[in-house]
Amino acid sequence: MSRTHLIRLTVNRVPRQVEVTPRHMLLDLLRDDLGLTGTKACCLVGECGACTVSLDGRIVNSCLVLAVEADGAEVTTIEGLATDGHLTRLQQAFLDEGAVQCGYCTPGQVMAARDLLAHNPHPTTAEIREGLAGNLCRCSCYAQIIAAVSAAAAEEEK
Amino acid sequence: MNGPVGTSAERVDGPARVSGGYRYLGDIRLPDVLHAKLVTLDCARARIRSIDASAARRVPGVVQVLTAADLPQPVPRFGPQFRDRPVLAVAETKYHGEPVAAVAAETLAAAEDAARLIRVEYEELPAVCTIAAALAQGAPLVQDPALRLGDPLANTNVLQEHRYAWGDTETAASDLIVAGTYTFPMVTHFAIERHGCIAARDGDGITIWSTIQHPFWLQRTIAELLSLPLAKVRVVAPDPGGGFGGKQHAKYEPLVAFMAMRAGRPVRLILTLEETFQAVRRTSAQVRVRTGFRADGAITFREVDADYLLGAYADIADRLVSKGSYVSCGPYRIPAARIVARSILSHTLPSTAFRGFGAPQPLWASESNMDEAARALGIDPVELRLRNLARRGEQFIPGDTPADGAWEQTVRKAAELVGWGTPVPAGRGRGIAVGIKPGPTTGLSYATVRLLADGSVVMSSGTSDMGQGARTVYVQIAAEELGVPMDRITLLMGDTAVVCYDQQTSASRSTVLMGNAITYACREVQAQLRTMAARHCQVDESAIEVARGVVRLPDRQIPIGEFVRLGLGRLGGEVIGIGESRKEHVPGHPLSGSPVFFEFNCTAVDAEVDAETGDILLVRHVTVSDVGKAINPMQVRGQDEGAAIQGLGHTLMEQYILDESGRISNLGALDYRIPTSMDLPLQLCSDVVENADGPGPYGAKGMSEGALLCVAPAVAAAVTDATGAVIRDLPLTAERVWRALSTPAADSSPTATATAAADEQRRCADGT
Repeated sequence: MSRTHLIRLTVNRVPRQVEVTPRHMLLDLLRDDLGLTGTKACCLVGECGACTVSLDGRIVNSCLVLAVEADGAEVTTIEGLATDGHLTRLQQAFLDEGAVQCGYCTPGQVMAARDLLAHNPHPTTAEIREGLAGNLCRCSCYAQIIAAVSAAAAEEEK
Repeated sequence: MNGPVGTSAERVDGPARVSGGYRYLGDIRLPDVLHAKLVTLDCARARIRSIDASAARRVPGVVQVLTAADLPQPVPRFGPQFRDRPVLAVAETKYHGEPVAAVAAETLAAAEDAARLIRVEYEELPAVCTIAAALAQGAPLVQDPALRLGDPLANTNVLQEHRYAWGDTETAASDLIVAGTYTFPMVTHFAIERHGCIAARDGDGITIWSTIQHPFWLQRTIAELLSLPLAKVRVVAPDPGGGFGGKQHAKYEPLVAFMAMRAGRPVRLILTLEETFQAVRRTSAQVRVRTGFRADGAITFREVDADYLLGAYADIADRLVSKGSYVSCGPYRIPAARIVARSILSHTLPSTAFRGFGAPQPLWASESNMDEAARALGIDPVELRLRNLARRGEQFIPGDTPADGAWEQTVRKAAELVGWGTPVPAGRGRGIAVGIKPGPTTGLSYATVRLLADGSVVMSSGTSDMGQGARTVYVQIAAEELGVPMDRITLLMGDTAVVCYDQQTSASRSTVLMGNAITYACREVQAQLRTMAARHCQVDESAIEVARGVVRLPDRQIPIGEFVRLGLGRLGGEVIGIGESRKEHVPGHPLSGSPVFFEFNCTAVDAEVDAETGDILLVRHVTVSDVGKAINPMQVRGQDEGAAIQGLGHTLMEQYILDESGRISNLGALDYRIPTSMDLPLQLCSDVVENADGPGPYGAKGMSEGALLCVAPAVAAAVTDATGAVIRDLPLTAERVWRALSTPAADSSPTATATAAADEQRRCADGT
């Protein structure tokens, strides 16, 4: 078995220490070591966006980030958004607009949309389409996802 | 109705799905679990000479290496139609990706390392991977004739031939005959959740957790393979993360079941996306259509020859060939027809059900044929369809379920929404097509509804909710019938040990068949409440009515939730209703049962073609479905618009690319493109026709597949309208369109204006 490394990181505001092997990806660390299974695995080559999480304030495909690279980092996953069971506006907008069908890509979509809105609070439809182009949805409810992001942005403005 | 039926109620379990809390198959963690990895060869067809697992067994953490020799002999076979698929390849692999062995280890990393160390000596053999190759004289047989005893076609690669005919196509008098051959590519489901399963010994039986769509069918398969009673096989099926038909039937569950029984420990196999690509695909096809018309547009006859290319094992594909080709004459009044559909075996991965179940392939051909005919006849394509469309009650397939909707309303609505008949700028064109699909032909669904002492409800259903929204619809129906708020209802699904039998989740059946079962269960609860009320209030039963959430007594009415407390008395308890919804076989029927309903859709598009690149820009995509009654309009819209975009996949970009030896060249997300948010039409517009004329609750019909059925012919017709080019092969990639525009036969005038559409794009981008 390969050598392990002890890494320290903050996940959803909680400090964590984890022993990882060099080939461990951040996705494995979250799902297997920390039991945070909200982040989903699909293509494992950074194409589908299902595993999107926030790493030090920018989104990454956690299937492409080695766990050791996250040493000292601050990570936010889908589980870190709602507080005391209250959904964020963005999460609620996904439900209000019918942007969740099977829901498997949803955590990645929400994380990508959250990042988009953080950098561009009032995106145009074209900007949302482009901003979420890396997140595949095979139920193909892209129109509803775009509507949800627009609605969340508009709500934020109020 | 004043309950939630007909409202866009929020998705049941929605909060868990937007916050990472919903547990899909891959999120289940069992103690002591072993991780499995498949061993495959990098070629399509090969004779296996030997398998040396000694190095693999030495990898620390490896607990089991399983080859065909370790299985019961002869190696057990399974399949929903034919028992033709072995648990592991026997002596010969028959497609690229067929496993020859599997490893189970303490960690996935160890299993992967060990799988790479297994040395398989093999000899690559010639493979047949196209219809022509499979039908060629002297072609190698894909399946051993010994597996097909008594089958007159056993010495060919034709698995089955299906023939439907009425009238006399030979003598029909026509003014014009239009014929063409069309091809439909191999495409894959690409559910974002990959296929997977876990198996574990459970007392004297077994429990299987799976991404399966049909848990009860899987239960039967495993029980047969392991010689266990049904009662000793428990299938737990968390809601799939997308299924689209790919997850209907067992793939590797039998293998993992054997591994777990042998190991005495749970074994877990989650396929990679690449392995999932090698596990499921849509059945590709080549379809020749020949249709006769009178000068006024009336169809005089139609002949369809549909060759579907199956993989090495049938899975459910021959059924979709028979059922899909059955409607290849479309929803039209056709006096004479001859349909011949063939299921052809090949050394490719087994094809299976995929949204549309065999209908999109012939519809691509027959609706494109209608468009070509409209041009040749000089009749407007909408008008040509309206002239031939079966009217409500017309038996358009002799002896079968008559047209069950006012289909012309759907066509007119779609035409109107796309702006049919209004001028279109140069370089742009419009196309329209209709789609039809037979609903389920048999069915059996049970549901239980338990009204508890405090007026809350626990209900159960064997449907799988893979995103179509069945959970929400069922809770809406029960809330409506019992007058209980939706948030006081718990719905159990996905566990054969807990819920009653349901035949399957397919053919857009669930709202109708299971929805009816739930309605019947609620009605049974209501009937018991009525008896209870008569006893409790000393009133004759005939004077009491229980419906839509209230108990109506002669002098007052009491909400069901309140009454049940009184009625149950001091011991409390619950009122239990069981609903059964059944659609029997019809002996002698070509599909062994008449469709419960038809899904009917009309798709119309406005597209711009870039003459320089061949790129198609969808300016407007309209999809209208006859749904009878939308129990949840937001979900209906989501299903229709999702199916429309999914249909753009095989229309514009998706296809497996095989090399000459049958190896798949574009496995996985890097090399196989599906629609993204960037591929959304500039305007996506969906609507429904609701005449409450369906056989389901409140007049609902099945829906969810309709909006995918005829996307391709509608888009292709728009390309022809824009450019004059007629393309008969999918997908309509930019290269293919560009080549068609570059050939001298094509009318190459679409260069003119990209401007109007570009303006529209800017408007949409900024506004809508």
